[in-house]
Formats: sequence, structure tokens, C-alpha cells
Amino acid sequence: MAEQTQDQLPKTTADGIELASSKVEILAGSGTDPTAATFVLHEEDHTLANPLRHAIMQNPEVEFCGYSIPHPSEYKVQLRIQTTQETTALAALKKGLEDVYAMCDHTFKEYHRVMKAGEYEIVDEE
Amino acid sequence: MPYDRDHVVLEAEQVTNISSQEYPHQFPNDTRKFGLEAFRENLQVKIWRVSRDEMEFDLVGLDASLANAFRRILIADIPTMAIETVFMMNNTGVIQDEVLAQRLGLVPIYADPSAFTFKTANQAPTDVNTIVFDLQVRCTRKPNPGPGETDPDKLYQHHSVYSGDLKWSPKGDQAEKFADDPIRPVHSDILLAKLRPGQEIHCEVHCQMGMGREHAKWSPVATASYRLLPHIVLKRPITGDQAERLQACFPEGVIGIVEEDGKRVAKVANPRRDTVSREVLRHDEFKDLVELKRVRNHFIFKIESSGIIPSSTLFSQSIKHLMHKVKVVMKAVEAMENSMVEE
Repeated sequence: MAEQTQDQLPKTTADGIELASSKVEILAGSGTDPTAATFVLHEEDHTLANPLRHAIMQNPEVEFCGYSIPHPSEYKVQLRIQTTQETTALAALKKGLEDVYAMCDHTFKEYHRVMKAGEYEIVDEE
Repeated sequence: MPYDRDHVVLEAEQVTNISSQEYPHQFPNDTRKFGLEAFRENLQVKIWRVSRDEMEFDLVGLDASLANAFRRILIADIPTMAIETVFMMNNTGVIQDEVLAQRLGLVPIYADPSAFTFKTANQAPTDVNTIVFDLQVRCTRKPNPGPGETDPDKLYQHHSVYSGDLKWSPKGDQAEKFADDPIRPVHSDILLAKLRPGQEIHCEVHCQMGMGREHAKWSPVATASYRLLPHIVLKRPITGDQAERLQACFPEGVIGIVEEDGKRVAKVANPRRDTVSREVLRHDEFKDLVELKRVRNHFIFKIESSGIIPSSTLFSQSIKHLMHKVKVVMKAVEAMENSMVEE
């Protein structure tokens, strides 16, 4: 594994979720084959990695996808993607991200539609 | 038992069929659709109960990874304001400074987090990143208690320090900004310390923005959890006295008994009320008659707010937060892609 130097580490802003220049990188040793790569997502955990893994695995062109958090004291996720010759690991990652976003968006709209319809019991606690 | 795609199976000593296998290429001649289109078709939301601090709703048709992400964000990633620094001017009570400070930290502070920003270690406190409260309580004797009186309420003034004794001290334009909805502890009756005559607590506390992942005091929820909908299968008709014995194995309302052709027959009435205690599997007569399962993609969410943000708002914030996380990573992936092209 490539040794991390100080300037490669993600720059943390106060809220910790702003864009860092090295938020995402490809792990050294991925080679030249575009259909297989391990991505490192800095400052992310199961919250993002697990739904992302799920969305990527739903892509029929993806042969393998899995993630790991190599050590609990390092705030990062390693995401491995292997695809068929029809696509690339990077394209699968991007499609996965788009799909998670779209799933959230749909859930949000559906939740608000039902909330607006108001077919539920309102309980007064006091 | 053949693999059940849609249910988690509960046996007497183990849980089987736990992981979802709902991915392409998993089953021969599979006709199910995957991906976004299927998700849009299948997702259902049903809200059951909403109050200011609590809500229960069902999310059906999504994977555990997504449901769990929403739950994790609710607990750990939505910022609120909480007491972070305590300047102890005087504390002659029996509660030590550090214990009192810890207790103060856990008091939920009613303040709209979107009106504030995070304060970094080297930033000075300002009216947009800090809320100040004063706490000054002195215990005194009440005049003329009855002879032999032992009730502290009748003997002493201010013998208990409550969260309501925290007095907000507005800074900058805070007084105008929050005039309609002043900043205050959510509950005014949280006991912080007890005093006796002559003892005094005087301190200034600073609230800052933070997230539950750093300390639970910043979590906007008391708890946020989900469970899977129970699914009870009666493999053969269960009638007569046996039906009543079956009914007794479950919480009230789970099993109903109906008259059919002059016989009393057990029917599953409301599996939602089942606690899945598995009591029924302990009885030999039901072992082979009943199957206990859970619907793998039916999540019964319960969100209990700490009172700062209304429970119904919390869930939309949680979804928005995950979308924001995706956006940030997407931007970074695109930036990485562009830099790869340049090389």
C-alpha cells in the first residue's frame, strides 16, 4: 500500500463533510485493467458505503463489489469493484452513486407525499 | 427448507435466510427486476403515528443497507447545539465540577441548528457559533418551618437545581433573531444537582454545534430504530382448544379466532403486534404447525426526537444528508477522473 504523506490526507473542514481534494482515490496496485479497481473513500463509513455497495451490486455488469473499513481508527472505506468488459469500475461507481442519490430522492418524495396526504394518527403528548 | 427470498426465518435456536440475495445473476431464470426502476415501483411509505417527539412509520421495498443508513444518520450525523464548555465560577455543592459539567452537557438545548455554524478549535466564540447560558443558584433556609419539619421543600429555598434554572444570555443579534422562539433547555425539569443552605452553584456555559458521532449529547434523537415486520405462517388449520392455546403463545391481538362451519379456527390477525418471542416454538404441538418469519424488506421505523427537531422533520433531514454525502463523493470522483485524463 502506498505510504500516505501529510499533504495527501484529506483536508477536514469544520463540519467534516465538505469536499476534500483527496476525498476519493484509487488504491495503488489497481494496475491498468479498467474493469477492476479499489477506491478509497476518505471520511466515510458504513452509512454511505453499504447503500453504495448495494446499488453497485444491482448493476448486472458488475461481477463483484464489496467494501471494508481496514481499521476502525482510520476514517476511511475501501470499495472494491470488478466488472465485465462491458463497463469499467469507475463507470460502475458513478452509476452506483447516481442510483443511491435517485433512491434517496424517490424515498424523500414518497415520504413527503404520504406526509402531505395526512393519513395518520396525530398524537398529542401533553 | 427451500430458500425463501422475501423472509428471514426464525427457528427455535437460530435465525436463517438472513442476508438479502436480491441481486442480478443470483437465481436461475430470475424474472425479478433490479435497480432504480424496480425500486420506484416497489417502495411504499406508510405513516402510523406522529407526535412532536415521536413517530412510527413503515418503509417497504428497500434494502437494509439504505434503511440502516437513514437510521445511522439520525443518530450520528445530524448536528444540534449542546453545552460544550462550562466556566465554573463557584460550586460549593456536593456534586463535583466535572460531574456537574457532564450532566449539563446532556441537557437538550432547544435552538434551531440551521441558524448556527460549527466552531473550530482556533475560532473565537461568536453569536453564530455559540449560545451562552448562565446558571446561578443559591440555596437558603425558608423562614419559620414547622417544628420537627423534615421535608426539604418546606425547609429550604432552591434546594434542587433544575435545567430550567439555566438562563439564556443572548449575544449579538440573537435576541432579535430568536425573539419568537427563544432558546432554552427543551425540558425545564431535569434535576442537575441538589444543594443545602449556604451552598451555591454559579457558572457560565457555552453551547456549540456538534454531531452524535462525537458525543451522544449532540444526537437529535433519543433513539431511532427499526424492526422487520413479523410474518406468521399457520401451515394447517388450527381449531378448537388448540386455537386458544396458540393464541396464548402470542401477545394480544396477534392471533384471532373466527367461527368457520361451526368450528373455532385460529387466524393471524395482526402480526405487527408480535414481539417474536418464539414462545410458540417451545410447544411440541405447534413445532410443525407454525413458521415464524420476518419480511426482509419491510422496516418499521420508530424515531424518538430529543425535542430539538420535530420527529417528522428528522427523517427528511436524514434522507437529505445521505444525498449530500453522495453528492460530495460524486464531485470528488469526477475531479479524480478529470485529473486522470490530464495525466
